[in-house]
Amino acid sequence: MNSFLDSRFKTGEGGLILTTAEDLLNWARLNSLWPMGFGLACCAIEMMQTFASSYDLERFGIFPRPSPRQSDVMIVSGTVTFKMSDRIRRLYEQMAEPRYVISMGSCSNCGGPYWEHGYHVVKGVDRIIPVDVYVPGCPPRPEALIGAIMKLQDKIRGESVQEPAAALSLIEKFEKPTFA
Amino acid sequence: MTFSELKSLLTHEFGTEALVGEEELVLMPNLTVRPESLVSICEFLRNDERTYFDSLSCLTALDNGTDTFEVAYNLFSIPYEHAICLKVKLPRQEGTQPSVNSVSEIWRTANWHEREAYDLMGIHFEGHPDLRRILLPEDWEGHPLRKDYTEQERYHGITVKYEA
Repeated sequence: MNSFLDSRFKTGEGGLILTTAEDLLNWARLNSLWPMGFGLACCAIEMMQTFASSYDLERFGIFPRPSPRQSDVMIVSGTVTFKMSDRIRRLYEQMAEPRYVISMGSCSNCGGPYWEHGYHVVKGVDRIIPVDVYVPGCPPRPEALIGAIMKLQDKIRGESVQEPAAALSLIEKFEKPTFA
Repeated sequence: MTFSELKSLLTHEFGTEALVGEEELVLMPNLTVRPESLVSICEFLRNDERTYFDSLSCLTALDNGTDTFEVAYNLFSIPYEHAICLKVKLPRQEGTQPSVNSVSEIWRTANWHEREAYDLMGIHFEGHPDLRRILLPEDWEGHPLRKDYTEQERYHGITVKYEA
């Protein structure tokens, strides 16, 4: 006897879905965003909680990878010190394109509580690597991180293989005539 | 062993000139000793049967801002459960690094504590086996916990100060 799903879908009639290659690629990318498994400070605790069972990022196709070579998104969760900044830049450069960055929490957004007297803190990870989504909070709740991931998914959904936004902005930058 | 017993013991062993100051009625009773006699006093306190300070709970440095640096040694004896704080005062002169002898041969725990004091306060520990920065990157400029510290403008091309 066939199971419910088999009897519902395996009818032997076949099926067809029409889409564009672009939509297919974007759909695949945004549903398997693999973040790099690393955390920097207390925000990482919230990030781990988001990965874990009660918030369950796995349902978005997200699960942390141990290597930057396999990662699509870097969640910078915590205080970025100058000692760490070289490592973060290196890890970002090791990720394969297309790569995205979520800056999680006040420290990584702008230096957070260390903005004035923290000689050792980089005042925003966007001084080192380009950031796609900023998550405010100290630390942000897991819902906020999930919100950021959905924002990132929105961004990927609108991407074009033919005209990548980053490439377009570069072209615009260099083609624009400058007048003295 | 009480504070006064310990003080008279040290005066008896090292003479009155070895101790240059004391504070008894504070949270951590302490004796200020001359930097030259620090290591011999520490060795004595570590090894003598009456004192047996086998644990260096903490070693830290202070910038008094005016004319001295201070290094403080918090000693504790596990079998006797008595404690004492030793301090040395080092002159604060422009252009010269304050220096004191290392106690890392007496208590191994002093190794990293002295590296931390060197890293953040710039105190040189003579005879330390491996006096490198412990927290900050190796090519960092200056010692951040000094009162007259100003952070460098850029580190590896990144602006250090916050800009609105």
